[in-house]
Amino acid sequence: MSIRFNRQPGLVAYISCGDPSLDTSRDVALAAIQAGADVIELGVPFSDPVADGPVIQRASERALEHGTNLAGVIEVARQIREQSDAGLIMFSYLNPILQFGLQKFCSAAADAGIDGALVTDLPLEEAVEYLRAMKAHKLAPVFLAAPTSTEQRLRAIAKHSRGFVYAISRTGITGTRQELAGDARSLVERLRAYTKLPIAVGFGISTPEQFVEVGSFADAAVVGSAIVQTVEQNPGQEAAAVSEFLASLTGTTQSTAAGS
Amino acid sequence: MEETRSTQSSPPAVMPATEGQPPKRAVAGRFGAYGGRYVPETLMAALQELEAAYAEARKDKSFRDDYRRLLADFAGRPTPLFLAERLTEELGGAKIYLKREDLLHTGAHKINNCIGQALLARRMGKHRIIAETGAGQHGVATATVCALFGMECVVYMGTEDMRRQELNVFRMKLLGAEVRGVESGSRTLKDAINEAMRDWVTNVRTTHYLLGSVLGAHPYPTMVRDFHRVIGQEARKQILKAEGRLPSAVIACVGGGSNAIGVFYEFIKDAEVKLIGVEAGGRGHSLGEHAARFDGGAPGVLQGTYSYVLQDKAGQIALTHSVSAGLDYPAIGPEHALLHDQGRAEYVSASDQEALDACLKLARMEGIIPALESAHAVAECLKRAPTMSQSDIVIVNVSGRGDKDIGILRENLQF
Repeated sequence: MSIRFNRQPGLVAYISCGDPSLDTSRDVALAAIQAGADVIELGVPFSDPVADGPVIQRASERALEHGTNLAGVIEVARQIREQSDAGLIMFSYLNPILQFGLQKFCSAAADAGIDGALVTDLPLEEAVEYLRAMKAHKLAPVFLAAPTSTEQRLRAIAKHSRGFVYAISRTGITGTRQELAGDARSLVERLRAYTKLPIAVGFGISTPEQFVEVGSFADAAVVGSAIVQTVEQNPGQEAAAVSEFLASLTGTTQSTAAGS
Repeated sequence: MEETRSTQSSPPAVMPATEGQPPKRAVAGRFGAYGGRYVPETLMAALQELEAAYAEARKDKSFRDDYRRLLADFAGRPTPLFLAERLTEELGGAKIYLKREDLLHTGAHKINNCIGQALLARRMGKHRIIAETGAGQHGVATATVCALFGMECVVYMGTEDMRRQELNVFRMKLLGAEVRGVESGSRTLKDAINEAMRDWVTNVRTTHYLLGSVLGAHPYPTMVRDFHRVIGQEARKQILKAEGRLPSAVIACVGGGSNAIGVFYEFIKDAEVKLIGVEAGGRGHSLGEHAARFDGGAPGVLQGTYSYVLQDKAGQIALTHSVSAGLDYPAIGPEHALLHDQGRAEYVSASDQEALDACLKLARMEGIIPALESAHAVAECLKRAPTMSQSDIVIVNVSGRGDKDIGILRENLQF
């Protein structure tokens, strides 16, 4: 398993796969890894992304217009794996996986060198078969923890997650925000009581200040919409622009951020 | 149609959790394999809170009294069961009764559920209400109960539906609601639900999502059904009083399926009563041209529940079409999926044209202009009644009235 965070804080980069093309998504992922990403979340486009804000909605629509499907995203993962040992997580809504076939999905993902999966609309209560299939294929199930999750739920989420736990910084949909909600720190503190796994904080992170702030209480920051927007705003230069943006975000260069 | 899926029901790939074992008997929120609670983690606590509040409210006499009193004094229940004599005579077969949900306050059955959920929201201390609407009937009913209870109300509505149901948009505003247009997807009911879910996931601590059909995550399909059971309870008593026996068939249109489950539920145990759900056949059989989930849909997860969904092979949700905004939705309530698989209910479809013709027919024969949604049920009655014997009885649920559809009727009926 190659889900490891090599720095403090670690960086999880979300990519809307197939926007504008699967080849570009592969190049953006490799550039993100070069720029310090420890884990890549490969977003599978879905027609009805209820947990996503306008940036990822638009990217999903474009990716679907280009015919992107789950098999294509798994193939992108395989290509990334040939060149990198960074953590690779499939990030999807449930229905594309159901129609692909849960067992077939797990087997194809494991075969492509994928480390785990996060299914946005699959809470623990509905995940028995999923957990069994993931375990059989040595894949890490990553679950979301929310500020609204009860203690009982947080305990269960921590118990069943592998690789890391994804703490949502605030109630809401994906998308950048000026300030990090106060919810995030207390959620991470609550989760620590139940797990020694690394905790990544996501939803709304787009500035170096936010990245540093997350690093003061969590193990990693997830950056999603800001990357997807950078891709959207830099046609033809996607990988370079994302690389520059992430370098600026994590403070590894002095250049200014692009597209955030 | 290469893109459409087989109508065969495949076993669910994801089973409900009961300590790691598949359920041996019915689990709360499951209708056979269907239903469940497929939502982002942020909403789970709110759904559990709602489930608990509803379970408690059901046992509370004061809640039940409030609900019954408002159904009677505010909404106008019971609604009549009307013998359609001219239509019966014209069709020459079964005796036709109309359950007059169109006579309810706000013009459709939707108010039953809105009263129930608004009472529940008040109990939970939530004073901001959000809702989705397709035809605008649920939006109007929600705006109405929010005005009654002094609650803030935001209704999400696809801009295509706002265009074709303009009158209801104005009614909602008149009642003090804010109507937010939704531009994504096909700009219809499904997209309005997506946007309402995004609002709820953001404002979940202060907001109740007043979902308008037997869709979505548990407890909605069960709770919304319960608030509409009164339709069938009344109809069963009324037909027994009028005829001394049960009907041969009960017919209702099915979008999400709230009016249908409401009128069906009390008859499920009566094996001799045929239950017939009518889906929107739209303008053609290929994917995207209709909203008949049992004619090309396959089990899948959409907006919180596992049921039959119109989708492509990759699991992307299909666009749908119906002349009736209230039926224009790619998934069907999970309890209907179970009734379908069990063979307890039969599901058929009526095309746009058949619904328009049926609307005109009921208007001319009985002096009742049904909503275009309900006109789908009338259309099935027009086909079926002549094939039945004069000793048969059919109940058609006229779930709403057609005033809101005058614009569409004018566009489509050339006079």
